[in-house]
Amino acid sequence: MEEEINAICSNGSIIRFHEVTKVYPLPGEDVVALDKVTLDLSPGDFVAIMGPSGSGKSTLLNLMGCLDTPTSGDLCIKGRNIRGMSDEELTVLRRDHIGFIFQQFNLLPLLTALENVQYPLILKTGSRECQDRCLAVLAAMDLDASLHSHKPSELSGGQQQRVAIARALVNDPEILLADEPTGNLDSKTGTAIMALLDDLNRNQGKTIIMVTHDPAIAKYARRIIRIVDGKITGTEG
Amino acid sequence: MQSRMFFDFARRNVRLHWLRSMLAVLGIIIGVVTIVSIGILGNSLVLAISDSLSTVGDSIIVSPHVGGMGFGGGGSAPELISDRDVEQIRRAVAPLITIPVYSGSSRMKIGTEDTVGVVYGLKSDDIPILLELAEGTYLRGSSSAMAGARFAEQNDIKVGSRITVGDKGSLRVVGILEERGMGFDINPDYGIVVESRWFEDAYGPNGYNLVIVKVKDLTEIDEVKEEIERQLNRRETVVDVIDTRAILDTILTAFGQISTFVTAIGGISLIVAGVSILNIMLMSVTERIKEIGVLRSIGTKRQEIRRMFLYEALILGLIGSGIGGVLSILGGYAVSLVMLQTTEYLFVPSSLIYIVYGIAFGIGISLLSGLYPAWKASNLNPIEALRHE
Repeated sequence: MEEEINAICSNGSIIRFHEVTKVYPLPGEDVVALDKVTLDLSPGDFVAIMGPSGSGKSTLLNLMGCLDTPTSGDLCIKGRNIRGMSDEELTVLRRDHIGFIFQQFNLLPLLTALENVQYPLILKTGSRECQDRCLAVLAAMDLDASLHSHKPSELSGGQQQRVAIARALVNDPEILLADEPTGNLDSKTGTAIMALLDDLNRNQGKTIIMVTHDPAIAKYARRIIRIVDGKITGTEG
Repeated sequence: MQSRMFFDFARRNVRLHWLRSMLAVLGIIIGVVTIVSIGILGNSLVLAISDSLSTVGDSIIVSPHVGGMGFGGGGSAPELISDRDVEQIRRAVAPLITIPVYSGSSRMKIGTEDTVGVVYGLKSDDIPILLELAEGTYLRGSSSAMAGARFAEQNDIKVGSRITVGDKGSLRVVGILEERGMGFDINPDYGIVVESRWFEDAYGPNGYNLVIVKVKDLTEIDEVKEEIERQLNRRETVVDVIDTRAILDTILTAFGQISTFVTAIGGISLIVAGVSILNIMLMSVTERIKEIGVLRSIGTKRQEIRRMFLYEALILGLIGSGIGGVLSILGGYAVSLVMLQTTEYLFVPSSLIYIVYGIAFGIGISLLSGLYPAWKASNLNPIEALRHE
């Protein structure tokens, strides 16, 4: 059985859904958020997930981010089946291989921009000798050095999202999960952020999975997956 | 390094909500000051009592055996201690000092006033060993007497006054005794002390009511007690042998227990402070649900979230207990001064240790109060936490 599971995960996909179902038990009736979804994402993919509200986009993203586990089916992240993993194992997998970018940036309000970027690196390495790495990542995000000591509340939306992307990148993850990354930004800033993500995908080979409602943003992706009622209804690109 | 980061994180959060944090800290300060002050007061009380009673802690008291009395049995008065018994005791405990004591109560006439008092009969040589003189001299001749301090005060007895003891004859007061306070052997404050020969002439040589053995080395008390018992109670129990140290221990233990009980009541205030920490920590968790979701999503383990919140409780406990510890020295000083009129027992290790206990208890309660909020925070579902607005 274990060999079978491993065989499922060893097809070279960086993320693999194999007949994954996710059911949320509710008092009245269970809600099927994902219904036997099978999906393969290769290293270096840039995928946009689109669909109406409640279609299962976020559930798909949460499962990819190891924030949740499937009710049934197999989900492989970097060749490892997450079925049966403990909470701690899932957290370590997330910390070391997956970066999150949120619509609302979700920076830690008590920390400065630089500290926000340092945080995941310290979690991983246990060392504060990471100034260079953090500064380099922030520089790559075109964030002015004078803003490094600013708290999130002192930064604009675009600046906050740049810090958030730097935080997502600091542990050099292979996978970036972005949930409406430009949803809270004006179109000009949104375009700049998308250019950054595009660059990360093209030049650093990051696998990016992005949930969006906006077709203009989805165009940056090389593949668009459409999902309705927990089922993948089409793939473009 | 991670611990430092989590600690720093907790410190900033405490500072962010400084007002409510300080209110919780105030609770801990009050709790620590209360238990430490009460603890110090109780300990000072025990030490003060111990000091005032320890002067009689070096005696063994031999008294006639009092047999058990059944229902309606009544029982007869115990036989007194004979000269032979006293000699046996003297031999058993040699070279320690043995002081046989006659005692009885009698009507007395002082001037024109009638009163009742205790009469102790002691050998002249033994009196300075047991009693201190306030004025006048020790006994001179068999028809002299010394009056206890309270007895003299109440009956206006001075050196030179005459006391008529029942129909036994008249005595001249040659000395007034220093007040002795409560004793386990004799209590001459409310009576008079006469020469034992006068007592024998007046009441007949019936036997002694008490024999006091003065022990030089307190460690030999048990041995001396056993020796007396072996000599006198060989065939039947003739005498009861008690040592004042044991009585002292019983009293001190009782006071110690009372002190512990009162300190425990003071501890309730610290528990209340703990509840307030629990309350603000739960508020903190509720306010930071989204933040906890973010922390989890970027790779913070459950145990690390737990640690972060426990550090917050620890910081509150450390600040509160630290300030409380310092202030409790003042508190201890104040209550000692007000209740005991002395602070000499404040800076002794057995009192100061209460500061350590108070601080430890304060920190312990704070950590305990932080356990549930920390557990709650670490067990939040990261997806639901991220969705929280």
